[in-house]
Amino acid sequence: MEGQELPYVLIDCIGGKHGVYEDHVGFLEKHFHLITMKEYLENKEFLSKKIRAIYMWYNKPVTNEELLQGLPNLKIVASSGVGIDHLDLKLFSRYGVKVSNTPFAVSTDTADLGMALMLASSRRLVEGYQMAVSPDTEYFPADWLGAEVSGATLGIVGMGTIGYKVAQRARAFEMKILYHNRNQRKKEEESAVGATYCKKIDDLLQQSDFVLLCVNLTPQTHKLIGKRELGLMKPTATLINISRGLVVDQDALVEALQNEVIKAAALDVTYPEPLPRDHPLLKLKNVIITPHIGSATKSTRRLMMENMIESIQAGLAGRPVPNEISL
Amino acid sequence: RPTIDRELLESLPNLKVIGNSGVGVDHLDLKMISNFGVKVTNTPHAVVDSTADIGMALMLASARRLVEGCQIAVSPDTKHFAVDWLGVEVTRATLGIIGMGSIGYKVAQRARAFNMRILYHNRNRRRKEEEEAVGAHYCEKWEDLLQQSDFVMLVVNLTPETHKLIGKKELGLMKPTATLINISRGAVIDQDALVEALQNKVIRAAALDVTYPEPLPRAHPLLKLNNVIITPHIGTATVQAIHMMAEEAIANMLAVLNGQRAPSEV
Repeated sequence: MEGQELPYVLIDCIGGKHGVYEDHVGFLEKHFHLITMKEYLENKEFLSKKIRAIYMWYNKPVTNEELLQGLPNLKIVASSGVGIDHLDLKLFSRYGVKVSNTPFAVSTDTADLGMALMLASSRRLVEGYQMAVSPDTEYFPADWLGAEVSGATLGIVGMGTIGYKVAQRARAFEMKILYHNRNQRKKEEESAVGATYCKKIDDLLQQSDFVLLCVNLTPQTHKLIGKRELGLMKPTATLINISRGLVVDQDALVEALQNEVIKAAALDVTYPEPLPRDHPLLKLKNVIITPHIGSATKSTRRLMMENMIESIQAGLAGRPVPNEISL
Repeated sequence: RPTIDRELLESLPNLKVIGNSGVGVDHLDLKMISNFGVKVTNTPHAVVDSTADIGMALMLASARRLVEGCQIAVSPDTKHFAVDWLGVEVTRATLGIIGMGSIGYKVAQRARAFNMRILYHNRNRRRKEEEEAVGAHYCEKWEDLLQQSDFVMLVVNLTPETHKLIGKKELGLMKPTATLINISRGAVIDQDALVEALQNKVIRAAALDVTYPEPLPRAHPLLKLNNVIITPHIGTATVQAIHMMAEEAIANMLAVLNGQRAPSEV
């Protein structure tokens, strides 16, 4: 049809600390007529029937029932990143709205960050840096030691796309790789990375020098790692979390770290994010925390955007939606 | 330590061997020691894995801005995490390894698992099978390596030939988006040129396990640049490596004392 206008897509805002990236806007506007929440609220009567998709960048705009009721022609919500724990999938289903995420775009960067955290924690990189730049440092002590990653045992909890990529990387460090997953992977997949399946998570916890959490957050994985699991880990072991803060019982973790039940933790995710400024995790010497940067590279964020555009276009055209999340 | 000087050597007439822990021997006056008929051994095997690991750790930490990220995560001023705070990718980036000895080769093995494109420069080219095993491409002219790499990692030993190997010219050849990683010796880099390059954004960042001297004077500009990570020469600072170095040094020293050829005589 000639002169057909671009589809109206709702976003939260542009720029600032949590908005759609300014340098993505040009590309997005080739495909969509972007409407910010502010514009929508100022002109609800006209815009509510026009909006057919929501581009949800870092969990915004928050899409609740009230918003859904106001958007009768909404077909699809494209959510950035792989996590879907912030989405009420049942609600979207009731309104006949499809939902998509971007699981593959984030996978290599997140695996890389898992490796970065394991290496940084094991070799005490952040502490070392602080010593190297401290005004009080007069010499480097010879008895200051970390622990080796090469040849150690890595236990991967959750061997999906990200967990598998971690295994591929860890193998090159000659690590012994154990994994726990809802289902065992195919034999060829296991052999390719030298990974051994642990049907019981306890076996993995007891043998690992590094326990890396790569599961998604579901009711089943909520507080998967609690006091019992931490107690099963070696006192020389390190817990690394690149999944979601709620997969770990944080209070139990604090206690375990304070009492040296485990050696250290390295967390890209916590609950909430950021933690309250007086939280004990911020004060423990044997903890590294990063500000949820698993997918924080320019190229990955661009790829996420491209994936989301594809999903929205497919959803609006009635075609199968790439990366659709089914209930 | 102990520091080996002429006075010490003169006072130890029956000294047969100095077993150095670690692989670097740039701190020893090899000619003088040899004149006293004393052999020197090092521990090249014990250090390999831990040093290669630190090279990877520094590359990942620098690329993903790990130290800065930690500071934000714990800072009393942090109210929320900005979504536009970004680092650069390691997977599929190009790594240029300068010095493809045992350590450089282990770095290549690790980097390959990150799907990195690996270039290397070495005095001598490695055998084809060795190159293929890690997917490494030889750069006869190291200008080519410098111009194409996203990460340049220095893994040479310090000799008169490698002193200030990386200076203003070399830094200028690197991409402005590139990171320099040093796990060899501080003196391999012209430090003043590095400071200038970092301040003027000639390169993106540096990650240094070694400097000259160690530690740097507390007023040194390298300590203040926020695109620099420095670690306190911890390439072999693991329980396992220390243990292996002691074992390797002992084996070398015993061999010499028993009149045999030491596995790692320098």
